[in-house]
Amino acid sequence: MNKPALTVSSSPHLHAKADTASIMWSVSLALAPASLWGVYVFGLRSLLVLGVSILSAMLVEYLLGRMGKESTLWDGSAFLTGLLVGMNMSPSVPLFIPFLASAFAIFVAKWTFGGLGANWANPALAGRVFVFFSFTTPMSTYVNPRTLAAVMPDGLSGATPLGFAKTALAGGTLGMDSNGLLSSAGYPATGFAQSISQATGFSAYSIDSFLGNVAGCIGEVSALALLIGGLYLLVRKIITWHIPATYLLSVALLSWIFGGIPSGLGVFSGSFFPSMFSGGLMLGALFMATDYVTSPISHKGQIIYGIGCGFFTFLFRYFGSMPEAVSVSTLLMNVVTPTIDRYIVPRKFGDTKELRKKQKEAKV
Amino acid sequence: MKANIKELTKGIFKENPVFVIVLGLCPVLGVSTQVSNAIGMSAGVMFVLLFSNIIISALRKVIPGSIHIPAYIVVIASLVTITEMVMHAFVPSVYSALGVYLPLIVVNCIILGRAEAFASKNSVFDSILDAIGMSIGFALGLTLIALIRELFGSGTITLFPMGNFGGGINIPWFYDNPIRVMALAPGALLIMGYLKAFFDWNTSRKKDK
Repeated sequence: MNKPALTVSSSPHLHAKADTASIMWSVSLALAPASLWGVYVFGLRSLLVLGVSILSAMLVEYLLGRMGKESTLWDGSAFLTGLLVGMNMSPSVPLFIPFLASAFAIFVAKWTFGGLGANWANPALAGRVFVFFSFTTPMSTYVNPRTLAAVMPDGLSGATPLGFAKTALAGGTLGMDSNGLLSSAGYPATGFAQSISQATGFSAYSIDSFLGNVAGCIGEVSALALLIGGLYLLVRKIITWHIPATYLLSVALLSWIFGGIPSGLGVFSGSFFPSMFSGGLMLGALFMATDYVTSPISHKGQIIYGIGCGFFTFLFRYFGSMPEAVSVSTLLMNVVTPTIDRYIVPRKFGDTKELRKKQKEAKV
Repeated sequence: MKANIKELTKGIFKENPVFVIVLGLCPVLGVSTQVSNAIGMSAGVMFVLLFSNIIISALRKVIPGSIHIPAYIVVIASLVTITEMVMHAFVPSVYSALGVYLPLIVVNCIILGRAEAFASKNSVFDSILDAIGMSIGFALGLTLIALIRELFGSGTITLFPMGNFGGGINIPWFYDNPIRVMALAPGALLIMGYLKAFFDWNTSRKKDK
């Protein structure tokens, strides 16, 4: 058959090569620095946890693919979900917990609601929250990173800075910000962070949590490594700045303004930077909240979504009873996402306020 | 006679009150944390449903149409009060475990629903069969959910103590690592949803054949 010299087709004529698989593998690649850092500081045991979560996510995806008509094993979504589940685990969890979390993520959160693209909640977060509320003790028992183990006094083993500050607050230590709480109780900082702290004036704890020298989940400890991955995604235009920036800034601002209240310090005395680098916030803001399926489509909606995530994270962190701020608030905003998408409709091309006014008048 | 048997069996699978007509979910989600509670609740519902169906179908020509709902409620509320007092006297542990859900049988939609949809239009004998079938269906649904929730959520199966048997069975692995979410509210909704999906799928598969 002769091919016509000119191919006539309708626009658009330019296609990006991006598809589900390339995006998923890119996000997984962006998570690599943080996971490698986690494996380095927490030892090979954490690699085992990561492996179990990834393998069980892919196994469940494969079995469900066998049951249904199409297999989506190699589009990377199951791999990414498993990796995120693993990064959200404490390095010392018994291995059935990552298995259950991955299975819940793929089977309940994703497959039941119609597979990738139809899930209302971020699967990895749903899996984490499921096992967190089921097995609270092993999930919130942490080990010290190898960079901190040398200076960590006994009896303080495996407390995250956030959890530690919270315990001190619950014990009735008032009148101190989080840095004061940590240092008065003897929470250690690495020598490297202390020397930088003397040179720059930032507190040594913020520097340690920025670099990743704190106890925590495998993938959440190093804000720096996560930021590198996030920047890669921003440069590749896989995510936009709207959700992470509004999320991080709203948490930091609210913590700065109101974060001192539980300690009895009044407004404008909370911590700005440490609140951004501590806990799972960086991982949540850059990689969990930005999940395409469960975040709003329009940029305006994404900004509302980011601020909502930040507001709830702040509330849970300072006034909640569970050390589970980022994942629960992101899930909460996942629920609101369809509503945001319904009411925040992007402006149509050529649509202006005057035009709509005219149309309204014409109708009347 | 064959038609009568149908009134009995329809409540168990074809019109199961929990999974097919989805009525009376408040106790199903609320008390299904332990098998023994589920059995106690089912017994209460069975008693109330049976006697409310009998009384209402016997009085179906006496009750004026304009106030039939208040009349049904009076009948049901009296029966629930009897159930509550009897349980309080003879099985105080079940009574305290069921808590507010026991008096809430008054507003349970299965009982009012069967009174309105069946007993007010059919003979006493048919209403008895309908009540038995429906309460067996309700008991099966509730106990199934409670069994799954208790097994995964606490790793035990709690029955009533009889002779040497203490009343509780511990499931080896789950007893040490209970999936606690299953014993909380989300577990009830998850199990309920998956069982309903399974029954719907089963029904549609049978229809296709």
